[in-house]
Amino acid sequence: MSSAEPILRVSDLEVSFATDEGLVRAVDGVTFELAAGEVLAVVGESGCGKSVTAMTLLGLTRSANARFAGAAYYGDTELLGASDAELQQIRGAEIAMVFQDSASSLNPVQRVGRQIAEQIQAHEKVTDAQARERAIELLERVGIPNARKRVDAYPFEMSGGMRQRVMIALALSCDPSVLIADEPTTALDVTIQAQILERFRELVAQMGASVILVTHDLGVVTDIADRIAVMYAGRIVEQGALDEIFYDPQHPYTWGLLGSIPRLDRPRPKRLPTIPGLPPSLADRPQGCHLRPRCPHEFDQCAKTPPLVARVPGATAHLDRCWLSCDRKRELREIEPGVIGLRGKHEVELTKGGAGS
Amino acid sequence: MKRFVIRRILGMILVLFAISIATFCIFNVIPNSDPAQRLAGRNPTKGQIEAIRRQWGFDKPVYVQYVKTMEKVFSGDLISYVSQIEVDKEILQDAPRTFSLAIGAAIMWMAFAVALGLYTAVRAGRFADRFLTALALIGISMPVFWIGALMSYYLGFKWNIFPNGGYVPLTEDPLQWAYHLIMPWTALSLLFIGVYSRILRSNVLDTINDDYVRTARAKGLSERQVLLRHVLRNSLIPIVTLWGLDFGAVVGGGALLTETVFDLQGVGQYAAESVAQLDVPPVLAIVMFGAFFVVVVNTVVDIVYATLDPRIRLT
Amino acid sequence: MSSLLEVEHLTMHFPVRGGTVIDRQVAKVHAVDDVTFSMVEGETVGLVGESGCGKTTLSRTLLRLLEPTGGTIRFRGTDVTHAKGRALAPMRRQMQMVFQDPYASLNPRKRVGQIIGMPLALHGTKRDAREERVAELLERVGLSPEHINRFPHEFSGGQRQRIGVARALALEPRLIILDEPVSALDVSIQAQIVNLLEDLQEALGLTYLFVAHDLSVVRHVSDRIAVMYLGKIMELSPAEELYLKPIHPYAEALLGAIPIPDPKENRERERVVLPGEPPNPMNPPSGCVFHPRCEYATDVCRSVAPPLMEYAGGHLAACHHPLNVTPREVAMAKRSPASPLSAGDETPSLAAPVADAGS
Repeated sequence: MSSAEPILRVSDLEVSFATDEGLVRAVDGVTFELAAGEVLAVVGESGCGKSVTAMTLLGLTRSANARFAGAAYYGDTELLGASDAELQQIRGAEIAMVFQDSASSLNPVQRVGRQIAEQIQAHEKVTDAQARERAIELLERVGIPNARKRVDAYPFEMSGGMRQRVMIALALSCDPSVLIADEPTTALDVTIQAQILERFRELVAQMGASVILVTHDLGVVTDIADRIAVMYAGRIVEQGALDEIFYDPQHPYTWGLLGSIPRLDRPRPKRLPTIPGLPPSLADRPQGCHLRPRCPHEFDQCAKTPPLVARVPGATAHLDRCWLSCDRKRELREIEPGVIGLRGKHEVELTKGGAGS
Repeated sequence: MKRFVIRRILGMILVLFAISIATFCIFNVIPNSDPAQRLAGRNPTKGQIEAIRRQWGFDKPVYVQYVKTMEKVFSGDLISYVSQIEVDKEILQDAPRTFSLAIGAAIMWMAFAVALGLYTAVRAGRFADRFLTALALIGISMPVFWIGALMSYYLGFKWNIFPNGGYVPLTEDPLQWAYHLIMPWTALSLLFIGVYSRILRSNVLDTINDDYVRTARAKGLSERQVLLRHVLRNSLIPIVTLWGLDFGAVVGGGALLTETVFDLQGVGQYAAESVAQLDVPPVLAIVMFGAFFVVVVNTVVDIVYATLDPRIRLT
Repeated sequence: MSSLLEVEHLTMHFPVRGGTVIDRQVAKVHAVDDVTFSMVEGETVGLVGESGCGKTTLSRTLLRLLEPTGGTIRFRGTDVTHAKGRALAPMRRQMQMVFQDPYASLNPRKRVGQIIGMPLALHGTKRDAREERVAELLERVGLSPEHINRFPHEFSGGQRQRIGVARALALEPRLIILDEPVSALDVSIQAQIVNLLEDLQEALGLTYLFVAHDLSVVRHVSDRIAVMYLGKIMELSPAEELYLKPIHPYAEALLGAIPIPDPKENRERERVVLPGEPPNPMNPPSGCVFHPRCEYATDVCRSVAPPLMEYAGGHLAACHHPLNVTPREVAMAKRSPASPLSAGDETPSLAAPVADAGS
């Protein structure tokens, strides 16, 4: 899948923000490529830098206190250094974004059709009437019943599910080559989530767009992703094909993530496996491997930052940042038959777990 | 929407009714004034006073008096104690001046406040922002009568740039009309420009971080389009309400100082003179006029607000 | 095992006011519509449903933050349905709530000690005793007693939720209503809090009503699970039963909507996506409220509200065409007294096989 020329290349991306509490390193050396037509899921918990990475690609994190380093190429355009005018050409037309919270991400006092038409008109010379027709067509495509009427609705007149469909219609309106979806279904009810994810997958496949799906939900990922990048504290700690991550995870953090999802299709465990402790503050992170203080398998070498390289024999596209040998990892990661999790010398100690620094 | 409008109008009528009762009480509580005696003018005969007493119903119960008085207010039969001129004639003559002052000033302060507020918000924290913020604070703290007197002395009297006082009706000569009003407009606007630009600045700073503004940027709109269509429009909504209220208040008496300083002979000035002379009928009429105006503007503002922000129609 | 809480035909309708000149009631929102269930000491009941199904209103009504419009609530045998003022105090003490949003539910200007100590102070505990108790509570929920003088913003989401739990525990309640206590948290932190709640239950003999919007986390804590839709209970079943053989099509759809975090199983699984959105609770559909979205719906579903039928093993479901049961089980099923009063007498019949329905 990733054999052709990648459509997006990000290398050593660093984003930091100057704050009162010091320099917050939100993204710390992120490197990945996105192939044409591919769905890459960027997975991690809040504060891991996944959303900042996504928004930085579109220049949406630019501000007086933000510092950037590294490079992000879309075709021949370098996005980090692109001028405002260049970015405007790309935003919405080449790279479009679906935001998480449709209630706040749509302008509350503008009709939804108008909001879609506005994006079309920002990139193409079309009349108001033509843009409106396109908006109606898009609303129909994302599955909004009675689109000709709903085009004039305000966001608050729609349900959360319908609004999220509007967000998707908005993102698709100029036929972008890359779609960045930031937790597109997180705020929705499960049945609605399933509807929208299905429609999203169909539409993306039809259009042949590449997708960066930012999410904390490994369940959603299995439905849609080709490849996964797991992020922790500003870094990608593991990256590989969907099945590689799920069936041969290399990084202890990935084990912890996989283990802590409640499984409906398995017998109920006595206790839910957890990752002990808390993620570090982004302004003050541990030396070396960022997971070190929480990792039961930590040893001397972890004081040095492990590079993101292929460590699994025969799997060149499966990268991770853990010093342990592949065999040792396979030995350590099983917590019970068929369930991968994080288990180590000190079993998850709850009473002290949350009190950490 | 229709329901909303109907409810507002009904509420407006109720408020006006309440105000009229409160105003009517002025007649009865002002000391040293048998209204019949004062209405009869200087040196009246007993018979004249009695005739007026009967005509106005001062010998009747209070509610009859109220009805009769209101009849007179609305039919324009109120007569000033002092000048013996019909009050409504005087108000009609003064009102265009007050409206000219208020409308011009309102447009002026809104325009400048939008420009300043938006500019300082975009430049927040930089020198231009700090400088203009200081300027706005000065504007807020300068009293109208002081800045007005200063302008009138230097710009009007000493350097002769603008005419000092006087009023030319709009229908006669629009240019002269504006030329004569520029100083009063400016004097009246300064305070409002200061206040409004500060409010707008903070509204814009709030709005600019809203998620939908980020969406607007992600669509590929230019920064200018983002600012005007999304940030400014949404930041202006609360200000429009304030604008309407202040405009109503200025017409309903707030322009008093400005009118006096520039000797505009507006309604406010008339009110001030009448109060000074305990001339009750004009005060009554002007209070009703002002109240009516404030209430009407309020209703209009609510309706405008509901069109600008469709979310509030529901309430 | 005695009943701690008994709820019978509980109804909570909110009036909708309208009218051009004079306000009058033009409609009502059927937020909770004839709900019957009970809880015994020490058990955990999961209450599951999507937004707008009435689960939050139900929990608020149980706490008597709202006065029900119909039915009865009995707490430890005492009727508290319409209790007021002082009569509510003992019940309030024994029934506490943990809220969903650990960011919004703690006063940002108060120190942790004050937040947790507040219920104690309100019930007249002396200052010294209070501090001791707060320190003990902090330790109990996995925080350090040194945190007593910190402000909520100095904590992460998971730690804040621990503070919320400590506050709920302060008065030694019997029943805690957990209103989506882990929904706002990251998965790894969710697991920590769920485990903490289970430890506390074991140590203190607590009873939980665990409110959730999907069926994933509740499974790990619940003994029984109630599925709500549009103000009504659709299915009430021992927890594991529900996952093995959901009887109500809505429960089945809720289960099917959760993606399995296993790519191969996920690919093999035939997923049925439930169409449409929940209807407006101001104007609920006739008959079975779920029928407009149900693929098995027949004429009877459109006209008659189904009674809650009791199947083997105390598994209740309100459906005319139950899934995952044998004809024999259907024949043996009895109408449960928990059925809504408006439900019909029709006995269920097995669903006609829809294309590929047997999951």
